[in-house]
Amino acid sequence: MKGLTPQARAALGRRDFLKGAGALIVTFSSTGLRTAEAQFGGPMPGAPPMNQLDSWIAVAADGSVTAYSGKEELGQGIATAQTQLVAEELSVPFNRVTLIYCDTALTPDQAYTAGSQSHPANFNRGNLAQAAASARETLVRLASERLNVPVDQLTAVDGTVRSKTDPSKSVTYAQLIGGKKFSVTVNANAKRKPASEWTILGKPIHRPDLPELATGRFEFVHNVRVPGMLHGKVVRPPAVGATVIRVDEDSVKNVPGLVKVVVKKNFVGVVAQKPYQAIQAATQLKVEWSRGSGLPSQADFYQHMRTLPSRDTLMVDSKDVDQKLAAASTVLKATYLHPYQMHGSMGSSCAVADIQGEKATIWSPTQGVWYQKTTCAMLLGLKPENIHVVFRRGSGCYGLNGADTVTYDAAILSQAVGKPVRVQLSRKDEMAWENYGNAYVIDEQAGLDSNGNIAVWSHESWSPTLGNRPGPGTPGNIITGYLAGFAPQPFAPRSPAPPPANYNNNANAVPSYVAGNVGGRSRGTGKIQSERVLVRNVESPFWTGPLRSPNRLQNTFAHESFLDEIASHVKADPVAFRLKHLSDPRLIDVVKEVAKAANWETRPSPQPVNKSARVVRGRGMACVLYEGDNGYSALVAEAEVNQETGKVTVRRLFVCNDVGPVSNPDGLRNQIEGGALQGISRALLEEVTWDDQKVTSIDWRTYRTLPVGFEVPKIEAVLLNRPEEEATGAGETSITVAAAALGNAIFDATGARLRQIPFTPERVKAALAARA
Amino acid sequence: MSAITLKVNGQTHTLDLDPATPLLYALSDDLELRGPKFGCGLGQCGACAVIVKGQAIRSCITPVRSVAGADITTLEGLGTPEKPHPLQRAFIEEQAAQCGFCLNGVILTAKAFLDKNPKATEQEIQQALSNVLCRCFTSVRMLRAIQKAGQEMAR
Repeated sequence: MKGLTPQARAALGRRDFLKGAGALIVTFSSTGLRTAEAQFGGPMPGAPPMNQLDSWIAVAADGSVTAYSGKEELGQGIATAQTQLVAEELSVPFNRVTLIYCDTALTPDQAYTAGSQSHPANFNRGNLAQAAASARETLVRLASERLNVPVDQLTAVDGTVRSKTDPSKSVTYAQLIGGKKFSVTVNANAKRKPASEWTILGKPIHRPDLPELATGRFEFVHNVRVPGMLHGKVVRPPAVGATVIRVDEDSVKNVPGLVKVVVKKNFVGVVAQKPYQAIQAATQLKVEWSRGSGLPSQADFYQHMRTLPSRDTLMVDSKDVDQKLAAASTVLKATYLHPYQMHGSMGSSCAVADIQGEKATIWSPTQGVWYQKTTCAMLLGLKPENIHVVFRRGSGCYGLNGADTVTYDAAILSQAVGKPVRVQLSRKDEMAWENYGNAYVIDEQAGLDSNGNIAVWSHESWSPTLGNRPGPGTPGNIITGYLAGFAPQPFAPRSPAPPPANYNNNANAVPSYVAGNVGGRSRGTGKIQSERVLVRNVESPFWTGPLRSPNRLQNTFAHESFLDEIASHVKADPVAFRLKHLSDPRLIDVVKEVAKAANWETRPSPQPVNKSARVVRGRGMACVLYEGDNGYSALVAEAEVNQETGKVTVRRLFVCNDVGPVSNPDGLRNQIEGGALQGISRALLEEVTWDDQKVTSIDWRTYRTLPVGFEVPKIEAVLLNRPEEEATGAGETSITVAAAALGNAIFDATGARLRQIPFTPERVKAALAARA
Repeated sequence: MSAITLKVNGQTHTLDLDPATPLLYALSDDLELRGPKFGCGLGQCGACAVIVKGQAIRSCITPVRSVAGADITTLEGLGTPEKPHPLQRAFIEEQAAQCGFCLNGVILTAKAFLDKNPKATEQEIQQALSNVLCRCFTSVRMLRAIQKAGQEMAR
């Protein structure tokens, strides 16, 4: 998006989404991009028109404001920020605004809430922000007519328009339009309030949902109760690829409360009167399954990926990389490995569906209500216009967890019994069948010139994919749709890759330090001119999909670890060496600011290595411009390594973020803190495991995570507020740089380099033993 | 099925249940309480916690028959949005939540612990929360809120 005018960016709202949430589609295949553009070309039929003010804002007879948004609260705090935005632009108090989001009967279709795109979509020159500014402009114009005062002599404050010179002349929003429609289009040129005049945006306003959450009153989707509601449970295959041979309904006929056993191709489920009865029936039901299709050995998986047919995409290629590497005075190479990881939501996913004949109402924690509407229609054989999908918050999802799949489960079961059905997955069903974050093998190579500067950088990665978000027409992209007979989006190998036509950072596959030259323009953030980034996708044995900082985290782990390795090789300070190769001033600023906050000591890594000390301490840094244009972040980690046990303890984290104008500084800090710690948990502990038939990481003993109480590091967040810039995403920034910064800190402390995530004590000990 | 009497947040309820039913389902389905939640069903995460006899127990693995007649406190029973318990107030003041699904387990585990250990140190509080999960990783704020509430509760 860099280099576009604000208007062009606003017009590209859909593309923004594609680039963000849909980046997996882009990664998956470049023909996929074209297909997706056609599919996601505009709002769904029946959605409130995006260009109509009434689609976004309503003023009630009492002057209270209702705003409608297609970007939902998932726990990231965006509902609070959007409420602040509307209150600010409309000049009404925060608590007079009610935000309604993601209900297909009420709200505009803004595609998914994903990919850190809520701020870019709704806070810049379009959509919710522009609608609120248009509403204020319209109200001032109406007031001008009513009061017979020129517009430029009026001001709007707290829901009232008044004359700047004659206080007796005023009229409230309620008097002007209360209970009536605006019936105007959104004015793309309506003047936004400059940040210098903000009184609501930019303030650390508390989240309105906290009191209900903290006192057990909040309605999660898990708490939705519908009259006559029954309870469903699914029975998933015992192995990947296993299919139904026979279902013995007699095996559960003695279970009290059983309503029905439901089989639809390879989908099997039960419905009962009460939740515990449904669990008993699902446990007791005898299903004969075929053998699974078998899984590749986990021990050899990274090597195995390199041997599979691949779909290759070149992001940048200066065509002189091999020649420059051959001519370089030094060539460094390293390979980085990242496992499949899972969303591992705290609460297993849940949905409630009420399918009555041709009509359906569905309460879902999905990130894309409109695509539930169309794909549930395919699944159920109903017309999309007869399906009403209502978002209700689930447990934090961090991407494509079981939310969509459990919605299909509830829909299929409800249709089978003709009554409302609530389904909550078991822990195992959630963990064994979700769309995991991608595994990666990344080969990095760099050639240095005689001055120790990087002259050439080559990046080549292998990553497995299968399925994805369902989008408007691919229910087979997730397990329930697949079991019910739909195919995932096809995989089409392609090698060699065609030359890059347009610059695409492709989920930070392009390192920060290269120029990003495509089509005669430099769109990267670095100075290195000889550059090649080759991304190879292969077919995955498991379902995959976006997991917080999808692919961006894996790529950044490799790039930022490798940069550190090069700096160490030339005995340069890691911060100074980064700055030397960066060109983007805002990326340079976050690196400098975080170094300042951390009181960074300028010297090469590692520190003088003391192999006999039991515990040693080091510091490491990493930085990123998230997906090339969506939020700057730099992080310094200080960590201790126990050289006897291999245990790593993070002591302090410093993060500097630049996400443009800060909507809510406390909300941003919350995202930075949580993202950094989630990144540490993923770096130290998290890894999907499997045997020759099935996934074996199926609960919190077999898929490890940091708990609330561990040796929690101190976290200091520095916010670089840029009111004059466009708003970017923020929720996936700090997590992207955590693993690399931690690996670099371990190296600084010990001289041992960790190139495989997670950094388990065994791997740390092995790396310590391998030190020269 | 048999009649089971549960005393929840000071109110007595008689329910017709299989005595083996985990307490969680009686609370969240039969009584429609929103505090205790199904997280894992295995006693591993804390989302389902309730307080019985001063202990934060995991209601997802506790059969109703074993707590029949006992005083059960859920998150709703601690306080209300208008009159929150000091712990709940501290969580609101510190904005110690993201999705909020884990708050039940975190707050009730902290409550049971602080009631017995009013002068707990930061390390002891961390230890007490070492068996409770928050996948949004709001740990820093949660621990700050718990310490703050602990100081108030000890007064």
